[in-house]
Amino acid sequence: MKIKKCLYVNRRAPYGTSYALEAIDMVLIGSAFDQDISLLFIDDGLFQLKKGQDTADLEIKNHSPAYRAFEMYDVEKIYVSKEAMAARGLKRGDLLVDVELLSDSRIKELMDEHDVIFSF
Amino acid sequence: MKFIIQVNEGPYQHQTADSAYQFTRAALARGHEVLRVFFYHDGVNNGTRLTSPPQDDRNIVSRWSALAAEHELDLVICVAAAHRRGILDESEMKRLDKDAYNLAPGFRISGLGQLIEGVVLADRLVVFGD
Repeated sequence: MKIKKCLYVNRRAPYGTSYALEAIDMVLIGSAFDQDISLLFIDDGLFQLKKGQDTADLEIKNHSPAYRAFEMYDVEKIYVSKEAMAARGLKRGDLLVDVELLSDSRIKELMDEHDVIFSF
Repeated sequence: MKFIIQVNEGPYQHQTADSAYQFTRAALARGHEVLRVFFYHDGVNNGTRLTSPPQDDRNIVSRWSALAAEHELDLVICVAAAHRRGILDESEMKRLDKDAYNLAPGFRISGLGQLIEGVVLADRLVVFGD
């Protein structure tokens, strides 16, 4: 099967909607199909990567351990908006995985470099 | 051009469900190829045949079924998203030991691999979502 450069853009907070959870499923399937996968977190999507998520009171499964497992699926290119980090007072050390910080102008180029953009 | 269409929102709540249909119909009318329409997230609710809008409203589900019959369109509902939201075909009803199924004509239930495969084969993915 042909390999395409796929960018998964995660825009929303991890729990209020099901998008983050169902994006994880899609990343894993994309990996199973040997696609060239990159993840981008912008806006409130950054909170998906935050350490210390505790969903017990929400009665919703905590899906954040999945981000740590991505490495085993060869999903290693994880980008984060530098502006969104600053706006939310987040630092690298607050995140579950190693990320590359990108300016919003660099994010535009990143999108141009990909064949497919999935948006969540 | 070869398109694959992704629909992420349910019918009636969100314009997306209408826009996806209108785009697909227009693309086919212009002679483009639509390899597949893939329904994900709440978009799976576009595939229940129990949808019963008032008579003076459009029927979003049967509209898709008619388009599929006319153009041999491949309408695929994501199995994991569908199970969570109670969209079942007859075989899934039996397998999950439920007492009813509701998949509309022209739709089929399959996995996310169908979306990835479609994306690889198509020239463009067009996502209709929030």
